[in-house]
Amino acid sequence: MNNIRDAFKEKAFIPFITCGDPDLETTADVVRACAENGADLIELGIPFSDPTAEGPVIQGANIRALSGGITTDKIFGFVREIRRDVTIPMVFMTYANVVFSYGAERFMKRCQETGISGVILPDLPFEEKGEFAEAAASCGIDLISLIAPTSHNRIAMIAREAEGFIYVVSSLGVTGVRSEITTDIGEMVRVIRENTSVPCAVGFGISTPEQAAKMASLSDGAIVGSAIIKIIEKYGKESPKYVGEYVRSMKEALRNT
Amino acid sequence: MPEKGRFGIHGGQYIPETLMNAVIELEAAYEKYRNDPEFNKELTELLNNYAGRPSLLYYAEKLTNDLGGAKIYLKREDLNHTGSHKINNVLGQALLAKKMGKTRLIAETGAGQHGVATATAAALLGMECVVFMGEEDTKRQALNVYRMKLLGSEVISVKTGTATLKDAVSEAMREWTSRIDDTHYCLGSVMGPHPFPTIVRDFQAVISRESRAQILEAEGRLPDAVIACVGGGSNAIGSFYHYIPDKSVRLIGCEAAGRGIDTFETAATVNTGSIGIFHGMKSYFCQDEYGQIAPVYSISAGLDYPGVGPEHAYLHDIGRAEYVPVTDDEAVNAFEYLSRTEGIIPAIESAHAVAYAVKLAPQMDKDKIIIITISGRGDKDCAAIARYRGEEIYE
Repeated sequence: MNNIRDAFKEKAFIPFITCGDPDLETTADVVRACAENGADLIELGIPFSDPTAEGPVIQGANIRALSGGITTDKIFGFVREIRRDVTIPMVFMTYANVVFSYGAERFMKRCQETGISGVILPDLPFEEKGEFAEAAASCGIDLISLIAPTSHNRIAMIAREAEGFIYVVSSLGVTGVRSEITTDIGEMVRVIRENTSVPCAVGFGISTPEQAAKMASLSDGAIVGSAIIKIIEKYGKESPKYVGEYVRSMKEALRNT
Repeated sequence: MPEKGRFGIHGGQYIPETLMNAVIELEAAYEKYRNDPEFNKELTELLNNYAGRPSLLYYAEKLTNDLGGAKIYLKREDLNHTGSHKINNVLGQALLAKKMGKTRLIAETGAGQHGVATATAAALLGMECVVFMGEEDTKRQALNVYRMKLLGSEVISVKTGTATLKDAVSEAMREWTSRIDDTHYCLGSVMGPHPFPTIVRDFQAVISRESRAQILEAEGRLPDAVIACVGGGSNAIGSFYHYIPDKSVRLIGCEAAGRGIDTFETAATVNTGSIGIFHGMKSYFCQDEYGQIAPVYSISAGLDYPGVGPEHAYLHDIGRAEYVPVTDDEAVNAFEYLSRTEGIIPAIESAHAVAYAVKLAPQMDKDKIIIITISGRGDKDCAAIARYRGEEIYE
């Protein structure tokens, strides 16, 4: 079932979308637009009331989605629907409390049933992953690890137990568009590759095709969140078309690396 | 032996990977300095000669006679420099940060007491300081905003979420994620990721270390009950800590019930919450069935928080401490009552503890003893309480 590896046959472009922003119908069309325009894997955000790792753009998406009455159960129903025609791998990105309060086993089971391949929890570091990893493993769900510019001596330890792909955090701080990424990504990836064959994709701060191409040239792919959320925020229900165009331009840039 | 940083099932380190080495470095520094004679000498010097410790354990004779039951003592943290117990923790953490080579402190604040204490320590120790405060709270506690600025700190008004304490914590965490090298996050309560709940508890434990010696000196025996208000729970854990092994001492934490625990306008976490993971820790939180954190409410900006420190969650689980709800109304009545009866204006937070003592003392025999921690002074609350009573005053 687990197909995350398929996403990394070539340099992967990974868009992030907050479910239910502004409503699930739009999210469904945005997901389709991403898939049709070359996205290799999609990160679906389950909104959380207090997303401490997010910058203002994704915080805004979380608030819009929650005020629209989105719930974890509605999102599972939505994934089941969209799985009928979207075949590329999808992972969830949410916060530990969303999974914990749903029940880790119940949550992972539903991921398996609906066709979610992995889960990213930015507030779940290596030391705390135990109770979630066990539930994930029993359902064949990859619990995806993050490695940050401050990880240094922790990179090897995290990489050795990594599953699915590794989320390489490009910069200090929270999610959001940055004009420049100054971290030595190449060095981080070098240490990761010494310890695992699991692919790694870079995220945080990427918005332009040039940035995406550069980050993907140093790794196996690029993750883009805030730049896409901004398009959805601007165009609302009309956004799928614009997101599709954006995804196509980003994927083209990656093909040329 | 419990797992590192755990209190029963509670606690832990649920934070972004970006912050992990920062908390590991903090833990290592704390382990190095916690029993270091030189560090402790410096800290004691600051606590005694700058903050004015030890604080008084005052026999409230009029209050005792008026209530007609147990003998009531007040642990006077309101007499500390900056007006609350917050300075105990801040001087410890600021000194630790300085030893670690940090030059900048960031902090969250609710009522403003922790922000003022951090701004004060930063001024004294020559450090830069930025305080995050919910926009709602900057209005409720405008005087404290001015005090922080006067002390040389920058105050950032947080407009996200409910614009109160939890959002100030979230924003301080975000800021720490973006600037770690020179910055220490001076967390104000016994919450957040390990090692904060332990560090803050140890620095606040001075309250019960003193009160235990003081009550033995005054009465020749331990108290029957110790009562303190609980938001995150730093003054309460400090007030309880050295009595935890003494099973005869009831430990009572007073939560802010706001408009009542049967309403949504409450902040009584242990009484109305469920187990969750938020702000770096596993503990009790006010949340919905999907784990979305609830907007909480209390008249007291300092208790207006949807979680509680993990050690309190554990003391509740094992039945060692009791957590009782106290409403806005009860707290305001106690605020006025203590002012009239003893000439002591307590912080509205501390008034929650007084309110419960007012109920409990008459049910106890006259040979019983209660210690109430007056965690702060109430000058900052006068305008808000006047407003609550329908009177508009201009500061």
